[in-house]
Amino acid sequence: MKLRKDKKFFFNIGLLFIFIWLLIISYSSSKRKPETVGDLINDFSWLQKWPKWLDLPLMKWINIGFKKLNETYGFIFEAINNFLLAMLMALKNFLILAPWPAVVLGVVVIAYFASGRKIRTTVFVGFCTFFIGFLHPIFWTKAIETTAIMLISIFLCLVFGMPVGILMSRAERVRNKILPVLDLMQTIPAFVYLIPGIMLFGLGAVPAIIATFIYAVPPLVRLTDLGIRLVDKEVIEAADAFGASKKQKLWGVQMPLALPNIMQGINQCTMMALSMVVIASMIGTRGLGDEVLLGLQQLNVGRAAEAGIAIVLLAIVLDRITQSYGETLQERRAPVKKK
Amino acid sequence: MSKIEINNVYKIFGNNPNSVMPMVRDGANKEEVLEKTGHTVGLDNVSLKIEEGETFVCMGLSGSGKSTLIRHLNRLIDPTDGEILVEGTNVMSLNKEQLIDFRRHKMSMVFQRFGLFPHKTVMQNVGYGLEMQGKTEIERNKIAMEKIDAVGLNGFENQFPNQLSGGMQQRVGLARALATNSDIMLMDEAFSALDPLIRSDMQKQLLELQSELKKTIVFITHDLDESLRLGDHIGILNAGKLVQVGTPVEIIMNPADEYVKAFVKDVNRAKVIKAKIIMKNANEVNGIDKTNLIKVNEDQFIEEFLPKIVCSSANCEVVDKNGNIKGYITNKELQSSLTKS
Repeated sequence: MKLRKDKKFFFNIGLLFIFIWLLIISYSSSKRKPETVGDLINDFSWLQKWPKWLDLPLMKWINIGFKKLNETYGFIFEAINNFLLAMLMALKNFLILAPWPAVVLGVVVIAYFASGRKIRTTVFVGFCTFFIGFLHPIFWTKAIETTAIMLISIFLCLVFGMPVGILMSRAERVRNKILPVLDLMQTIPAFVYLIPGIMLFGLGAVPAIIATFIYAVPPLVRLTDLGIRLVDKEVIEAADAFGASKKQKLWGVQMPLALPNIMQGINQCTMMALSMVVIASMIGTRGLGDEVLLGLQQLNVGRAAEAGIAIVLLAIVLDRITQSYGETLQERRAPVKKK
Repeated sequence: MSKIEINNVYKIFGNNPNSVMPMVRDGANKEEVLEKTGHTVGLDNVSLKIEEGETFVCMGLSGSGKSTLIRHLNRLIDPTDGEILVEGTNVMSLNKEQLIDFRRHKMSMVFQRFGLFPHKTVMQNVGYGLEMQGKTEIERNKIAMEKIDAVGLNGFENQFPNQLSGGMQQRVGLARALATNSDIMLMDEAFSALDPLIRSDMQKQLLELQSELKKTIVFITHDLDESLRLGDHIGILNAGKLVQVGTPVEIIMNPADEYVKAFVKDVNRAKVIKAKIIMKNANEVNGIDKTNLIKVNEDQFIEEFLPKIVCSSANCEVVDKNGNIKGYITNKELQSSLTKS
C-alpha cells in the first residue's frame, strides 16, 4: 500500500516538472517574448490579456513530426493506400458495371434472408433501393460509390474493432486503457482527422475510408465488449464447469450470445460511417455527399434536397438490413426464461 | 480415503485477502473483518469429508458461503488458503490444462438458474460436456438421447431452452450433468428456483437416479426439508463457518447450537425419523404389553405408522425386511422423539 502511494507521489512530481518544462519551452521559443525577464515584473500588462509568449508550440511540433513521419515511413502509407484503393475500385467497379436491376435484386435477397424472411421489410428495402436511382439517374452511381467506401470502412472496423472489443471484455486493465482512446476518437471533430488523412494519403477515397474507420469503430468496440460482458454469468460458469477452454468458451458461448449486441454495434457503425462519408465529400470524396455540396455551392435547393433524400434512403436500406438481422438473432436466442 | 476432502479452507473476498488472513485466523468474525478492513469472509476454516457414493447436502441461509464452498470443489473460485483433495489429488496443484481436464472428466455441475446455453438445442446442451471431452457428434447425440430419456424429456430434444418450462429446463441441466459420466456431481441450489410441486418431483427423480448411479453428490440448498430428504450427511454453514456435520437424524436430535436449533425448529420430525432410530432393541425391552402389537418395518418413517398407533394405542414391533424382530416402540419413545427440544 505504501509503495503505491509513493509511486503516485513521484508521478505527480514528474507531471509538475513536465509542466514547468513546457512553460519554459513555450517562453523561450516564442518570438514575441519581452526582451528581458525583468520586463515581466515591471510591466504587468500581460496579466490583462493572454500574452503571446504563453503559447505551447504544439502546432509546430506536430507539423514537424508529421513531415518526418511522411518522409521516413511514406512507403508504408503508400502501401496501405494502394491496397485500400485496389479493394475499393474492385468493389465499386463490380457494383457499377453490374446492371442496376441485378443490384436491386441482390439487395432484396440480402434483406430477405437477413430479416428472417420478413416480407414487409424486404419489400420496403427493395423500394427504397429502387427510389435512390429513381430520384435522379446520377444518384445510382453516386450511391454505389458511397456504399463502396462505407463497406470497405466497415470491413476495417470489423477486422480491427471486434478483436479489440474481445480483448477489452477479457481484462479490466485493457479496458481502462482503451476506453479513453475511444472517447477521444468520438469527441475529436471529424475534420481534424480528415486533414492528416489527406496529408498521408492524398485527396480522394482513401483518407475518407481512414477517417470513416476512426469515426465509426468506437461503437462497435464498445458494444462487442459490452455484449460479451453481459452474457449471463451462470452460463459462463456452466461452460467453465464442464471444462471449456478459453477459446471454446469465446467462440462456442460468448460470441454467439453476444451477437445481438454486436449486430447492434455493426448497425451503429454503419450509420456513423454513412454520416462520415457524406462529410468526407469536403475533401473531394465522390459520392452522394458531393451532390449535397454542389447543391449548396450553387444554392440549388432542389438538388441538395434530392441528394439529401437519397442519403436518407440509403441509410434506411442499410439500417433495415443490419437492424433486422440483429432482431432475428435476438428472437431466436432469447435468454433462458427466469422464474 | 474420502472422495472429497476439504482441509482448513478459507476464502476472503476483497482487494488484498492475504493481508486479512492473520486476523481471520485469530478468530475475528465476519462483521469485525468487514468493518475493519472492508473484506468479506466467504469461508472461515471449513474442513469436511465426503465419502464415495453419498449425497452430501450443504445447508445454510443465503450469504452463509454455501455456493462459494461448492465452487471451490471445481475451482470456479480459488480459496485464499487451505487444501482441497478430490480422490487424493490436491486440486490446487493442478495447472491450467490439468484443471480443464479435471473439470471435463471428474465433476459436473447443475446450477440454480439452470445455466443452459440459450443458443443450443436441448440435445446440444446435454451433449456439451461430451463435446468438451472431445467425443464425436454421433457418440454425443447417442449418449445425450439416453440421458434425455432418463430425465423424461423425450421428444423435446430439438427444442431450445426458452421453449421449456422451468422444471423441464432443470431436467436438461440434470441430464447435461449426468451425460459426462463423472463420479461427482455438484448441485448448486439446483431445485430452489422451481415451484414446490415440481421441486418435490425433481427430488424424487434425483433419488431414483441416485439409487441406480451411486454418484457422489454435493447438494447445496437453503431448504431443510429438501436436505433431510436427499442427504446422507448434512453440513450446516453459518457466516462462512461450518457449524455442524451429521446425518439428518443427528442434526434434528442434537442440534449443535442456536442457529441449527432455529433451523430445525419447525421441521416435521415424524417425516424424517425412521422407526429403527427410536426403537428399543429387543433384548433391552422387558415388561411391555405385547398383546396388541403393530408390525412396522424398520425403515418406515414415524409419519407412516403414527395414525395406526394413535387409533389403537398399541405398541409397535419393529421388524426388518425378512420379518426378524429388531425392537419395540412404546408411546414413551414416540413422545420423546416427537417433542421439540
